[in-house]
Amino acid sequence: MEFFLISLLNGISYGLLLFMLASGLTLIFSMMGVLNFAHASFYMVGAYLAYQIMTTMDAALPGVGFWIALVLAPVLVGVLGALVERYGLRRVHRWGHVPELLFTFGLTYIMVEMVQIIWGRSTVPYVVPEALDGSLFTLFSTRFPTYRGFMMAVAVLMLFAIWLLLTRTRFGMVIQAALTHPDAVEALGHNVPRVFMLTFGGGCALAGLAGVIGGNAYVTEPSMGMQLGTILFVVVVVGGMGSLAGAFYASLLIGILQTFAIGLDWSGIDLLAMLGLQVDRDTFGYSVWSLTLPQVALMLPYLLMVLMLIVRPRGLMGTREN
Amino acid sequence: MGSVEFRPIDLGMYMAWVVTIVLFLVMPLIFTSGFAISLLSQMGIMIVFALSYNVIFGQGGMLSFGHAVYSGLGAFFAIHALNWVGDGRLPLPVVLIPLVGGVFGAICGVVFGYVTTKKAGVPFAMITLGIGEMVHAAALMFPDFFGGEAGITTDRMVGTPFLGFTLGPAIQVYYLIVVWCVISMIAMYAFSQTPLGRISNAVRDNPERAEFIGYNTQRVRFFVLVVSAFFAGISGGLAAINFEIINAEQVSAIPSGAVLLATFIGGAMFFFGPVIGSVLFVLFAVALSEYTPAWQFYLGIFFVLMVMYAPGGVASILLLNLRVAKEGLFKALRMPYLRLVAGSVVLLAGVVMLVEMAYGLTLSLSIGTMVKLFGIEFDAARPTPWIIVVLLLGVGGWIFARVRRDFMRAWDSVNQEIEARAKQAGAGGAR
Amino acid sequence: MNALELVGVHKNFGKTEIIRGVDLAIPAGERHAIIGPNGAGKSTVFNLISGRFPLTSGSIRLHGQELSGRRPFEINRMGLSRSFQITNIFPRLSVFENVRCATLYSLGYRYSFWRRLSRLKDARDLAEDIVERIGLRARHDTQAGLLTYAEQRALEIGVTLATGANVILLDEPTAGMSTSESERMVELIRRVTEGKTLVMVEHDMSVVFGLADRISVLVYGQVIATDGPERIRGNAAVQEAYLGTTLTES
Repeated sequence: MEFFLISLLNGISYGLLLFMLASGLTLIFSMMGVLNFAHASFYMVGAYLAYQIMTTMDAALPGVGFWIALVLAPVLVGVLGALVERYGLRRVHRWGHVPELLFTFGLTYIMVEMVQIIWGRSTVPYVVPEALDGSLFTLFSTRFPTYRGFMMAVAVLMLFAIWLLLTRTRFGMVIQAALTHPDAVEALGHNVPRVFMLTFGGGCALAGLAGVIGGNAYVTEPSMGMQLGTILFVVVVVGGMGSLAGAFYASLLIGILQTFAIGLDWSGIDLLAMLGLQVDRDTFGYSVWSLTLPQVALMLPYLLMVLMLIVRPRGLMGTREN
Repeated sequence: MGSVEFRPIDLGMYMAWVVTIVLFLVMPLIFTSGFAISLLSQMGIMIVFALSYNVIFGQGGMLSFGHAVYSGLGAFFAIHALNWVGDGRLPLPVVLIPLVGGVFGAICGVVFGYVTTKKAGVPFAMITLGIGEMVHAAALMFPDFFGGEAGITTDRMVGTPFLGFTLGPAIQVYYLIVVWCVISMIAMYAFSQTPLGRISNAVRDNPERAEFIGYNTQRVRFFVLVVSAFFAGISGGLAAINFEIINAEQVSAIPSGAVLLATFIGGAMFFFGPVIGSVLFVLFAVALSEYTPAWQFYLGIFFVLMVMYAPGGVASILLLNLRVAKEGLFKALRMPYLRLVAGSVVLLAGVVMLVEMAYGLTLSLSIGTMVKLFGIEFDAARPTPWIIVVLLLGVGGWIFARVRRDFMRAWDSVNQEIEARAKQAGAGGAR
Repeated sequence: MNALELVGVHKNFGKTEIIRGVDLAIPAGERHAIIGPNGAGKSTVFNLISGRFPLTSGSIRLHGQELSGRRPFEINRMGLSRSFQITNIFPRLSVFENVRCATLYSLGYRYSFWRRLSRLKDARDLAEDIVERIGLRARHDTQAGLLTYAEQRALEIGVTLATGANVILLDEPTAGMSTSESERMVELIRRVTEGKTLVMVEHDMSVVFGLADRISVLVYGQVIATDGPERIRGNAAVQEAYLGTTLTES
């Protein structure tokens, strides 16, 4: 029971982090038709910037660094995203979606290398601030870290803020309209290039925020974006491209699935034993049966994606596909 | 000829084939060092891989981020087959091992292609990424087949020597690669001239219309993928012979990204584009990497600039210039080109210096901050080199901006002239 | 048996009813035009027939065989081919290649990759013939994306024809053309659809009256009249539907 609850909470917090990233990606995709391959790289930049701000600020004003970083880093990442859109992506926009995707793909290489130029190739010690270090509560005998709770709180707040933005402001209305009818929005005279720039910057800022809170919970190193990036795309495919709700459910699903898989040390052998079948080294397919769930955990999101593609190609709640 | 035909494939197509084959045969006689042979061999392998990629990308319009699955899995099957030959369990001449890679590449194409071709366009791209990562993750789970972290090794000097060639010396391996490369090139070119090949072009241009002329586009893409996977598998088999070791990295995102970069940089719109791109890519990845740790950065920048300014790749740049030359208008571009090159060199020097010194500062903190560039040593910790960088960037940037403007003006006017001539010819001529 | 039959066809997009019960029976060999004010749903009808959109309810039959629920390529293989209002060709292929591609499936070459295209004489001859008939001989090897608008419209028709279908749907073939270009297009259409069943959506009344054996008038997703040209011209309901615009053409 304890394991179940703790894993569930951990899974939800990981899933919410995934959703922070997936929501920015989906917004950009729905608005502009661009799949931002470099999205996870902006996540990485957010983490590194937060680390830098925190370290620099803490030297002068101890304890304050993280909170400044929490606000400043996403803004900086957003500005970076807006500049990338204005001077790079916009140029490629007229050639279609594949060149846009290729542009963001190349951007990934460059961003990873630039981070390495500035901060080096090894992990940087981006740590949880003291104020948030410790346990929030103790469930049975396991401590639930305060920071996890903080992460979930930030994610939920961010969700709420997006929801408010989309449904209560004029800008949000424009975005909502553009989610389904981008051409009509353009025809109505909105400054579409500026909206694009703001959307791209905004999506990247969300990724940067995810980086600020995720970078110290997990590890901050140059390859942090790579794996997360692929899982991100799986989330979007499973949830259905262009659907925020789908991305939400898919993020949670995958977050919880992976967390449980890592924690349950079951293997095929155990399953067969339950059916009364004995398996040893000579049995055919032993290498498959002997795999444990934690070993397979890495692969689970992709298996889910393959399953989804065969059973329900448009994803959980797929709408726009372009 | 009544109309302008931008059919660069015709422009000395036969010449291109002959020149290429001659170059393949002759290169190791010019560059004889061991390093050069190794470089050329890797280029040959990459050429087959990149051409196979272009079958789905440039010709089929399918952007894949996971093509290394087919070349890598083909390589694994090939290396195991090679080990079986060595054990005496498989009476196959070593020179035919790449075919094993090809066949299994195609089988994997059938298995994975069935799932991936259910979608097209951007969703397809993402699915290939996911499948690629899945196979890579799986590779570390089955050490019997994939050899775990270390991979699988082999010895290529096994079995009966074919026509007396033992494949011991690297030069023999090179020529084996050349033979397979040429065979594959001809085969892939022939494929592009078949009904399936041409329909895949149609599906690329307009998938919806292709359905309305009676074709199940999903099936077309599936078949094309299998063909492409076959040739990717051949490149994997060649890699198994060449390196005598294959590990999980061969199915990872790294070679998948590499082949995309190479194909695009070379030019996906032309059959020979990936050939050029492969040569360039191997130069970056294997040669340049000897001189600087920043080679991936340079490659990334090069790629992004290509996407932004020359999406047809190096091949398109070459062919556009050839067209200008054919029209006899190249003289108008000579001076602007020279100035452009001069400006670029200055700017490039500044950029390279900046990047190298920055790398020097952060990476070699234990070794010291000396950076060797163009034969001169700079201490990245002192201010003087940085001042030089700023000067180079500033002056270079200013010059470059101006000469680029002049060049674009000259280029545009030359091309307008060409188009005007074509229109006249088109309007006047009638068959 | 009628070549094409629509019975009780309904189409909703979400909650909006676009096609609200269309019945149409077109005998083989007839040239039939569908006209109507903007937004009446004419292109939607085409999209329903050719399988681009699924029907909400009703049935569409081609030579007695049910079309609804089939994919576009299946419908094409059954003998129906359509052109598009917004030119929908293969821009990077030449004019000749565009047409030849359209011939391949019906000639049985399907997905073959062991035959050389240049050796396929029947595909080549058929494509050459069509290129000649649509008047694009001079642009034989030009990339389709580089053609003028009118040339692309002609190519559009050529590609539609090359599939060998005997029921041809043309969606606003003369859209955006000048009078002389339209006249040439009408001539072309008359020539190339000899002996085939033609269904045409058009706005240009001179084209309609020059070509059609019968005309159906579609208003707000329903057919309000189907008749010969002269009777349609004089039909009061039709005139009213066009909001006072009379249908008299010189």
